[in-house]
Amino acid sequence: MSKIITDVVCPFCGTLCDDLEVTVSDDGKKLIDVSNACAIGAMKFLHSQADDRLTKPRMRNEDGSWRDVSYEEAADFSAKMLANSKKPLMYGWSSTNCEAQSVGSTIGELIGAQMDNTATVCHGTTLIAVQDVGVPSCTLGEVKNRADMIIYWGGNPAHAHPRHMSRYSMYPRGFFTAKGHRGRTLVVVDPRDTDSASIADIHLKVEQGRDYELLSALRVAFRGEVLPDVVAGIPKEKIYEVAEKMKKARFGVIFFGMGVTQTLSKNHNIDIAIQVTRDLNEYTKFSIMPMRGHYNVTGSGEVWGWQFGFPFCVDLSRGFARYNPGESSSNDLLVRGEVDSVFVIGSDPGAHFPFGSVKKMNEIPCVCVDPHITPTTVVADLHVPVAFVGVEVGGCAYRMDSVPIETHKVVDAPEGMITDEEFLNMVLERLQKIKGV
Amino acid sequence: MAEKIELNLISGRTIQQGVSMEAGKEKPAYRDACGIIELNAADIKKLGIWQGTNVRVTSLHGTVVVKAIEGLQKVDEGMGWIPMGPWANRVIDPNTYSTGMPTFKGVKVSVTPEPSGKVLSSLEVIEEGLAL
Amino acid sequence: MAEYIVKNGFVVDPTLGVNCEKMDIAIKDGKIVETTELKSPKTIDASGMIVMAGAVDVHSHSAGPKVNVGRNFRPEDKLNYYKAKSGVKRMEAGFSVPTALSSGYIFARMGYGFVMEAAMPPLYARHTHEEMRDTPIVDEAALPVFGNNWFVMEYLKNHEIENVASYIAWLLRVTKGYGVKCVNPGGTEAWGWGMNCVTPDDPVPYFDVTPKEIIKGLIEANEYLRLPHSMHLHSNSLGEPGNYQITIDSLKCAEGFKANSDFGRDQVLHHTHLQFHSYGGESYGSKEFESKSKEVMDYVNGTDNITFDIGQVTLDETTTMTADGPFEYHLSHMNNLKWVNKDVELETAAGVVPFIYNPNSFIGVAQWAIGQELALLTKDMTKCHITTDAPNAGPVHRYPRVIKWLMSLKARNQILDDCKYGDSVRSQCYIGEIDRELSFYEIAQMTRVGTSKCLGLSHMFGSLKPGMEGDVSVYAYNPETDDDPEKIEHAFGNAKYFIKSGELIINDGEIISNGHKRTFWVKPGMELTAQVNRDVTERFKKYYTVTQNNYEVKEHHYVPNPYVIEVNAA
Repeated sequence: MSKIITDVVCPFCGTLCDDLEVTVSDDGKKLIDVSNACAIGAMKFLHSQADDRLTKPRMRNEDGSWRDVSYEEAADFSAKMLANSKKPLMYGWSSTNCEAQSVGSTIGELIGAQMDNTATVCHGTTLIAVQDVGVPSCTLGEVKNRADMIIYWGGNPAHAHPRHMSRYSMYPRGFFTAKGHRGRTLVVVDPRDTDSASIADIHLKVEQGRDYELLSALRVAFRGEVLPDVVAGIPKEKIYEVAEKMKKARFGVIFFGMGVTQTLSKNHNIDIAIQVTRDLNEYTKFSIMPMRGHYNVTGSGEVWGWQFGFPFCVDLSRGFARYNPGESSSNDLLVRGEVDSVFVIGSDPGAHFPFGSVKKMNEIPCVCVDPHITPTTVVADLHVPVAFVGVEVGGCAYRMDSVPIETHKVVDAPEGMITDEEFLNMVLERLQKIKGV
Repeated sequence: MAEKIELNLISGRTIQQGVSMEAGKEKPAYRDACGIIELNAADIKKLGIWQGTNVRVTSLHGTVVVKAIEGLQKVDEGMGWIPMGPWANRVIDPNTYSTGMPTFKGVKVSVTPEPSGKVLSSLEVIEEGLAL
Repeated sequence: MAEYIVKNGFVVDPTLGVNCEKMDIAIKDGKIVETTELKSPKTIDASGMIVMAGAVDVHSHSAGPKVNVGRNFRPEDKLNYYKAKSGVKRMEAGFSVPTALSSGYIFARMGYGFVMEAAMPPLYARHTHEEMRDTPIVDEAALPVFGNNWFVMEYLKNHEIENVASYIAWLLRVTKGYGVKCVNPGGTEAWGWGMNCVTPDDPVPYFDVTPKEIIKGLIEANEYLRLPHSMHLHSNSLGEPGNYQITIDSLKCAEGFKANSDFGRDQVLHHTHLQFHSYGGESYGSKEFESKSKEVMDYVNGTDNITFDIGQVTLDETTTMTADGPFEYHLSHMNNLKWVNKDVELETAAGVVPFIYNPNSFIGVAQWAIGQELALLTKDMTKCHITTDAPNAGPVHRYPRVIKWLMSLKARNQILDDCKYGDSVRSQCYIGEIDRELSFYEIAQMTRVGTSKCLGLSHMFGSLKPGMEGDVSVYAYNPETDDDPEKIEHAFGNAKYFIKSGELIINDGEIISNGHKRTFWVKPGMELTAQVNRDVTERFKKYYTVTQNNYEVKEHHYVPNPYVIEVNAA
């Protein structure tokens, strides 16, 4: 026999779908099926059931091979590593719950760590831009209930946030949007012919790296001023046409992704995209929202916000919190060789940092807390597999619009496995002993 | 067969990258999803290779062997696309210009055919880099 | 639990009729007791110091999504304002928007034992509770916002008070909220389309109810539910020159209603940050703008069912944040600083904009004057509460400065004499005519007696009678020998001792404990009507982007130390 659990929250991306249904065995030990999820989310749930999954921490031997160790030994090693470091980096925090993040903050404060989350390689530049110019935004339900113009700028939701368009933006029928997609205009701005672009009413095929120019041109067009014939590869007629459509929309929204945050100009691209949105509020109602990647990267920024006052790149080494991206950001710290150990949790910098940073991680002591075997584990001295948040343990996560949703446990973790939060608490207890507090 | 073409490289997510990542980054499916470069048909022709031939991608910052394909989501001539992951990160520009954000998109690379080269697994691509 | 005796202090407690009299205060098992009940108390020597019950804050923004926006988008707010960790005390940061941890310490240093977070968007209740959980020491509660809620407006279109009450009861239970907040009624929903409701008679687009109907309906539903606190209002056209008549019209909505509650309050309407709503004139210019505090207070002093807090401008650089979305949009156009907006589906919105109340501008000082006037023109001081609508009119840690100004004509004159537009402010406002100086007794009425009564908590807070919560503040100011307004400010901002629920938190000016903070919430007795039950289910299916089952805030992680006030239905 099996049972179906409803209202399950998907711990993959910032879309944080909360309508999944998961079939589990009667004893709650085996996950059998997942419905309503996208292919990636379904795989995340199903992979938790893999037969070859690691269930015990493993420590690196001198010769590079691994040996199994207990969670106690793992916590001892981690605490000693952190206590012995002058400037440890505690990185990741995006694929775990806010409860674990909070324990992490206590540890970070105790040892004066550098705290950074995956925004640093994702929407960190967005966070900087918001500090420059603010951000007019809304919850995803406002888009669903009111929006008649949807713009994806430098993002490909069909691939990166597969249910975003169907749940929130393009397809749902909301309170003032009973016609669903027939009442909406979709604009995609991307240098590639992406799958998202292929279903757009208008695809602005911007020249790669010229987003700033195109956004600037829109601001010119809003004001009815003169444009050159072509800007960023787009003919001026097209720019005037889109600008007019934006002004005439009843409620519009710009969702933006890595196409603008990771390209040269970085935070300045976002600055001007936000200014475009601000301009549009002179004529109609317009919002803008980052397509946050990890399901709880937003939560990490929120937790640090209320505990330290900054959303990422938090330097606790002086006994109070400091913030200076470029200085206190993970990749800069690593490349300049400023940190002397790395504690990774809820992220895979081995796969997603530039290789030069990964190489530095290999040169210093490194602990990786992650259910999976990843490129980060290649450079780790200790790998601590833990229960999957959102599958085997619940906890709070923040959606891309900062709406907090409590994820649920749907199956038991393999016997003997502990959670991120439990492991961090073990490390904290040991550190408190070492530090005598 | 051309010796070399110059491209503007970008990286980012694909659904295959996401699915295979969640299925286990140590598995061949992840390599098959991310150890690739998507090129315009014209550039494949310039290289004088068939789709599915391995190529070497080199930038100021590093070098990596991936498989050249003409992706379903077309890129223009002169542009290359490697899904985000350890392969792309061997060549992307690590400079953050004081923002904390490496330059993952818009990196000048050269591509040369390397039919005998091997596309490594995600773990091997790290190990290989460390051994350099 | 340790016993304490606070000896020889000058006790100020209007509930005991005591005004700077030397008395001993005894605390045992978390409560105030008769001194005869102590066996082996620790002695706190309060000789030459003021002793009051722990203070109660009726309205500040210290936890929740917009507060966190204020922190995260203003790194500059922390540039010169941080405190390192020290012993059990954790790191602190932030001038106008302190971190949650810092907030708790600031309130403790000012001797506050209970704080009301003034606006909680229901969809973000979980976030608000996470922050309150992490705010040490002070007990807290939060008011969910109802003034632009689709359910409320639809029911009020047909004047279905029972359904409004039923929905409020349900929402308080699922969000672990305390009472009914109403911000810019109707105007914030209109803002969903970039519009606003500027008078109490402007109909809300589509929903076709007026702000007046919303205010009256929420008062009626609040009394129907017999809640501890009254409806808590931020009326339309905040901050607009000439808005005082709108304010009086909004206050008049309370006429004919009588408090129906077992919690000891008299008011049916609490109007918050009245300073922002007492403006005359047609622009902010020094020849146009004028104070209408007297006109507003003439009305308020004549009622017996209205309380208010002042929302004192403190002439600082601060961060404004409110569920009044259209107001923040207008503000960002006035000062051209960064603007955050956040519209929330079916419920509300919020805006955040940094703001500098410049002591060298006319309008900044005029706003400062109006806040002072409202308090100084009040007859019954328990109806008037000290706030800075923190951080909107000023940072929360400026409360002691506000107390200084209210207690000292000299300190007030110093502001007017030192600023560029002092004469204009004296002529355009009433401040020049007022020489009243409030006493410690009146300050205690405003910050202890009045606020705890207003919130329906006078059985627990605001008094040193035996049986009350063991919240005691000791301030180093000698009312017999000290005569320096600066010393008042310093004393009220740096409690020498602070006992919270019977636990010594501040010892000789040092924070020595993170306390055992509680989150208060109200559980109304009323069940869902069949209609509301149907509507809630339907709207979650169709219009919300979270499921109904995922909406409810469970206690465990989010409210780990709850204090639940159960209210019996009529």
